[in-house]
Amino acid sequence: MQPNHFEALLEVADDSLILGQRLCEWCGHAPTIEVDLSLSNLALDLIGQATLLLDYAGELEGKGRTADRLAFHRDAEAFRNSMLLEQPNSDFARTVMRHFLFAAYANPLFEALARSPDARLAEIAAKSIKELRYHLEYATDWLERLGQGTDESHRRIANAFDWNWRFVDDLFFDSISWKSGAEIGLWPLRADLRPAFDDTLSAGLALAGLAEPKPAWPIVGGRMGKHSEHLSSMLTVMQVLPRAHPEATW
Amino acid sequence: MADTSAGALQKQIAAVLARVPDPEIPVISIVDLGIVRDIGHDANGSWVALTPTYTGCPATAVIKQATRDALDNAGFGHVELRVVLSPAWSTDMITDQGREKLRRYGIAPPEPSSPDVPCPRCGSRNTAEVSRFGSTPCKALWRCLACHEPFDRFKCH
Repeated sequence: MQPNHFEALLEVADDSLILGQRLCEWCGHAPTIEVDLSLSNLALDLIGQATLLLDYAGELEGKGRTADRLAFHRDAEAFRNSMLLEQPNSDFARTVMRHFLFAAYANPLFEALARSPDARLAEIAAKSIKELRYHLEYATDWLERLGQGTDESHRRIANAFDWNWRFVDDLFFDSISWKSGAEIGLWPLRADLRPAFDDTLSAGLALAGLAEPKPAWPIVGGRMGKHSEHLSSMLTVMQVLPRAHPEATW
Repeated sequence: MADTSAGALQKQIAAVLARVPDPEIPVISIVDLGIVRDIGHDANGSWVALTPTYTGCPATAVIKQATRDALDNAGFGHVELRVVLSPAWSTDMITDQGREKLRRYGIAPPEPSSPDVPCPRCGSRNTAEVSRFGSTPCKALWRCLACHEPFDRFKCH
């Protein structure tokens, strides 16, 4: 991998970090204690993955930035996550649907990264994919349960799908940095992961009794640092302590 | 004269590591859990390689510190600690002795080949999953439909 793949690596790392932070917001607020535990555990996996990826990105960049430095001392426009992942949690159904869409994308992605000729990236991905498979199973379980539950739960998961769907193209956006890595075989183009995603999506929607998506006007920009206003306010909370005490150590 | 060969040294280090408990499941050692990947010796001296269970497991830092302390206290301050990711940790790396210790502690050990999960208390196979996640990333919450006790199950990973 080369220094110009720093941003591509951030795209993967920031997806995990930002979704992990969003899930942490459920802690103490989830519908049941089991869900509370589950969402916190999903968050823990994602933040663990982000830490490994960000440390590697920092080394690649060569400016001495660690995972903590990259997580807590970048402004919103320096983040490369998809806008899907920074969206507010809203109700539980929207969180479940966001997680399902992310996991359906991340599974084929990390399977491919685990085969990357870059050994460091491959070993991080091989470790992470074992966790992400469980994420997809968990999200699919809840997708089915909400879809086949009551009229109210069905209405909510259907609304959640409509809400999240417009951000899915942002998840799959191939940035210049990503394309440059794909050209030398570090990873596939995200567009090439789309058929696997579509299969998982169709199966999940069928389980939940939801209709296939209608065409939506896509909103893209996350991979280029263009975000919704929600990212800044989320980072304010996430970063306040390290920014107030930048040299603090345990 | 004490045996100072590399092989003897590795045995002594292994004995120290076998007494380091997992911070969240203290009945089982880090060796039983399969976290100690390797003990070796090269031109720079001896080293111990540890591997994390889950990427975000909060116990990883504690385990590293506990291992460091145990080595230092046993006079192995010069032994280097390495963290390796590959090959990724799997519940297959838990020793048979570790599985038995888990069961006696009330945690159903991972059994990838078996479709049902026996209750660690009464042994009944009439059990059900309550939640895919339990008190730590590595466990799920189950209950026994025979003796009605809830229990943790070590997830197959």
